[in-house]
Amino acid sequence: MIVEISCLEVWKEVSNYIDGDLDPELRRRIEEHLKVCRHCTAIVDGTRNVVRLVADGQSFDLPQGFGERLKRRILGESGD
Amino acid sequence: MAVARQQPEASVENALIERVIAGDREAFYELIRPYERAIYLAAHSVTQNPADAEEIAQEAALKAFTHLKDFRRESKFSTWIIQITINESRMRHRKQRAHLYESLDEPETTEDGNYMPRDCADWREIPSEALERKELRDAIQRAIASLAPKYREVFMLRDVQNLSIADTAKALNISEANVKTRLLRARLQVRDALAPGYDGGWQAGGGSWKKVRPW
Repeated sequence: MIVEISCLEVWKEVSNYIDGDLDPELRRRIEEHLKVCRHCTAIVDGTRNVVRLVADGQSFDLPQGFGERLKRRILGESGD
Repeated sequence: MAVARQQPEASVENALIERVIAGDREAFYELIRPYERAIYLAAHSVTQNPADAEEIAQEAALKAFTHLKDFRRESKFSTWIIQITINESRMRHRKQRAHLYESLDEPETTEDGNYMPRDCADWREIPSEALERKELRDAIQRAIASLAPKYREVFMLRDVQNLSIADTAKALNISEANVKTRLLRARLQVRDALAPGYDGGWQAGGGSWKKVRPW
């Protein structure tokens, strides 16, 4: 018999749940909860979605010419 | 998608470090090059200003060069250089904003409270392809910018730059437990900020985006 868990308890663990950083017992309880709670499922899915989107690496660009300027700065300050 | 797109092997990195310590300045640029994006984003996570972030990233790089002989190899070079950048950013940012009250060094015991995620019952997946659209990228940047600094820094290192929890903790000089608490808050807030735009909004192309990723 799995002990039930509240929405609040699920929210506290959303992040660890997504990262797979939970003990199996708690993980099972959350999974049971998600089967019947559409609201928490939306929160978990949405949060996972956010993590995937930002990890994509496309959301932030380096300023044009950043590498060149950095190189100049590093090399330019030699020999003084 | 990791900190560096092509993370160099440790042996290659160690050889470069030896050359730098022996006085080879060009080797330092080679060493730092895979992390130029990482240090820029780390600085940007604190300053929120591209020009300042670039200036700080350069300063941090020069500092790392000067102090490379002090680099203890028990941590990764990437973590070390990010840590220097974060420290430099905080110092500069604090100076610039000295007239404002803003505590950037939160005590470890900070009460983060329970963040209540907004009720949005059905947020389906935003396809990665939608990132090709500037409006979604802008929305993500705005959502991250709206976070309080302590949440933003954790989110940028852990989720945008894909550092581990342990490396994020090291770079920010906070406990792993704190990283996890702040990460939860940051992720939920970013989700809440992005969610309303989704209902029909992020997928204006009608799902015709070419799928290039497994999700």
